[in-house]
Amino acid sequence: MSKWSILTDGFVKNNPTFVLVLGMCPTLATTTSAMNGLEMGLATLFVLVLSNIVISLLAPVVPDKVHIPVYIVVIATFVTVLQFIMQAYTPDAYKTLGLFIPLIVVNCIVLGRAEAFANKHGVLESLLDGVGVGLGFTVSLTVIGIVREILGSGSVFGWKFIPGDGILAFVMAPGAFLVLGYLMVLFNKYLKKS
Amino acid sequence: MAAKSTLKNMALCLTLVCLVCSAILAVIYAVTYDPIQAAEKKALTESIGQVLPDGGELSDVVSAEFDGKKFDYYVSTADGAPAAYAVKSTTVGFGGPLTLMVGVLPDGTVYNTSVLSHSETPGLGAKCNTDTKFMDQWKGLRPDKVIKVTKDGGDIDAITASTITSRAYSLAVSNAVAFVRSIANKEEE
Repeated sequence: MSKWSILTDGFVKNNPTFVLVLGMCPTLATTTSAMNGLEMGLATLFVLVLSNIVISLLAPVVPDKVHIPVYIVVIATFVTVLQFIMQAYTPDAYKTLGLFIPLIVVNCIVLGRAEAFANKHGVLESLLDGVGVGLGFTVSLTVIGIVREILGSGSVFGWKFIPGDGILAFVMAPGAFLVLGYLMVLFNKYLKKS
Repeated sequence: MAAKSTLKNMALCLTLVCLVCSAILAVIYAVTYDPIQAAEKKALTESIGQVLPDGGELSDVVSAEFDGKKFDYYVSTADGAPAAYAVKSTTVGFGGPLTLMVGVLPDGTVYNTSVLSHSETPGLGAKCNTDTKFMDQWKGLRPDKVIKVTKDGGDIDAITASTITSRAYSLAVSNAVAFVRSIANKEEE
């Protein structure tokens, strides 16, 4: 497997949202606007890359029976670090995403990549995998956010181009499921040809 | 992969990992402590500045009980007399606590309001933070009774599809006004 394909797999073949269908909780809950989706994606990317690197280093020396607790401690540490950093330097983003930042600890994507990839591969491969999957997640969330924001609020990234209220349902939970479902159909029809 | 599991190496491994992780957290906590405090203070000062008239010297935070609730407030003093109060007022909105900063003049007139924190539905109740049509209604309001939304027979136009949030907002402002009236009266005596 070439380095390049490890990186691009995260976008298409292993796209966490549309193919693996992992991490649905933040996907559905935080994509009310394009900006929120982007911020959530980047926060997850940060944790994913760092935890992949550390876990690929730790994996050979960690006894098999305690590997899950060790991974969770590593992941939780990075999430807490991220929380402190966001609180200090991007308080607005921290306020909007709020509860969903600590929930990255239990995001299946992070532990999933640790178990499925990082503990069997070297540092560089794990880094690339983290970047690929993380960016795939970020792009997917941003796209869902853009669609929901256009339909629900008539704006993109806060820039309003349709006056009025938009379709309220798309801002709320049912709209999240609808948009996710239709995007998944389109994704699988046009992009995932393997 | 992975080394063989024995009680000794499992305990050792977990202890080491936890030790290193707590050390990292301690360092990050220490490094970000000051910026976090600064960011929180900045947000607070900004919201106070927004709801009070310009000029006047701002006091430190004061706490007082009123009607069984505890209020934190700031007094802005101009020419030796209190010119305005910024009151932190919390009520329960649709998704959780809704905390406002309400600027009130000593005669009970609302100067301006701003949202400190909320957990309202994004795109609906969360608009209480951004909807200028809704937010401008409070400026200059001088309620002699509890403020209500039009649906309940009051004067406030609620945010579309967010009556509960609008009610909570009205109540928070009403409480703040009632509170300022009580302390302003006390000071006159």
